[in-house]
Amino acid sequence: MREKTVKYSSMLLNAQVSPGVLAKSERELREAFLEEVERIPGAERLHRCIQCGTCTGSCPVSYTMDISPRQVIALFRAGAIEQILRSRTIWVCASCYNCTVRCPSQIKITDLLYALKRLAMDRGIFPSKFPVYVLSETFAKMIKRYGRNHELGLIRSFYLRTQPLQLLRQSMVGLDLLKAGRMPLRPEKIRGQKELKAIIARAEQIERPQEPTGEKRGTDEVGYKAI
Amino acid sequence: MPYSYYPGCSLHSTGTAYDKSVRAVFHALGEDLIELEDWNCCGATIYMSNQETVALAISARNLALAEKLGHDLVVPCSACFTVLNKTRRFMEEMPTLRAQVNEALSVANLHPEYSVRVRHPLEVLINDFGVERLAQAARRTLEGFKLACYYGCQILRPERAVGDDPEVPMVLDRLMEAFGAHTVDFPAKTRCCGGMLITTFRKVALDLIGEILEWAVRGGANAIVTVCPLCQINLELYQDRLGPRTAEKVRLPVLFFTQLVGLALGCSPEEVGLEHQVVRVPPEYVTPVEVGNHD
Repeated sequence: MREKTVKYSSMLLNAQVSPGVLAKSERELREAFLEEVERIPGAERLHRCIQCGTCTGSCPVSYTMDISPRQVIALFRAGAIEQILRSRTIWVCASCYNCTVRCPSQIKITDLLYALKRLAMDRGIFPSKFPVYVLSETFAKMIKRYGRNHELGLIRSFYLRTQPLQLLRQSMVGLDLLKAGRMPLRPEKIRGQKELKAIIARAEQIERPQEPTGEKRGTDEVGYKAI
Repeated sequence: MPYSYYPGCSLHSTGTAYDKSVRAVFHALGEDLIELEDWNCCGATIYMSNQETVALAISARNLALAEKLGHDLVVPCSACFTVLNKTRRFMEEMPTLRAQVNEALSVANLHPEYSVRVRHPLEVLINDFGVERLAQAARRTLEGFKLACYYGCQILRPERAVGDDPEVPMVLDRLMEAFGAHTVDFPAKTRCCGGMLITTFRKVALDLIGEILEWAVRGGANAIVTVCPLCQINLELYQDRLGPRTAEKVRLPVLFFTQLVGLALGCSPEEVGLEHQVVRVPPEYVTPVEVGNHD
């Protein structure tokens, strides 16, 4: 299984998949992406795309994307991963998996978008104070600290860091939940917290053998606004 | 046959009515639901789209804990269900990734084989008990409800919780009808509620929510029934925050399917957590328990 994927990725890397020779940065991104792809079962079916557009037609949020899911695959083939990484598309996917179950070539489009998102996240290709990034970072911190999600804490620090003025509007929603007895004020902490922290630390080490390059601040060079 | 139970973070907070009603339903059916001791967050989609190995490892810790108990694992939240199942499948199909995840887990002395089945309670009710047996056990009719049965995404895609058509599923409709409820034509039953987009891309999420609610109103429903805590929150809490997205004002109770199954099986409104609804269920929907229909 793995051997087949490796062969496929090296084939794609060496082949003239775009007119002319790939730029160095594009080549490097491509390598990183294909490395990610190798970690998704069945993702090598990417090469079977017939550009039918079923994914785009099935996507409930394609109307708000700058590049449609079909175009993501076309751009990848044309050697323009950087353009995909600068798109709003990879962030606005809601993980509904409609594209994945309907794709006639059985391409795991949702998982591929995850891989692209991870790549963009890893390289800091997103606007500063970007809600998706802040939410994911706040969430990860919470899991490390408690082992469980504490919705009130998550939402509060998320809005404080992204749109403090929206905190009031969001508090009204929180109030509805509080009145209905659905908003615990204190977080639950698991007993095996140290254990979980050790698991996460080891997994992080495996995922990124090198030290991460400091705090990610984001970039203005993307094709969309933060909010 | 006892079942292990993974409530997940939502069922311990905003989805507390789901937690109460799942327990009530299994109790009414005489089955043990054993909550997994010291479970942790499944990682949800947020983690999965950030660091894959870490996401799989924290999710796998739960599978390892469940394995010690040995029973099937019942997981009501659609997101937890998808993440835990996905982890299991990745571990089965990707030996390299599995070795890495197991290496991470070994620091906590966990060595899972990934042998535990992860199941959604809807599928357990349908397959292990059966609609007929459930209907026979009913002590209250649901005829006061005209339901839009909302399945959402993740129990149908990508892992199919129930062996039903992922485009036009009917299994929840049939279950509700077996208890006397009316079900309405509801083409949005598998549309996406937007999930976490309500936090990250609020306007987009409100578009999606508005559309689903409008279909329910147009179909003539007086309540929506769902299987997922995030769908429930999105569909219930934003009804009066949709702005001009819907032509009419929407005011529909949004219930978990287990709350309705519980009521049908004779549980009290408190036992299935009806007091936690933000949009209250009109009391006349809930008929009195029928006596003498229980053996």
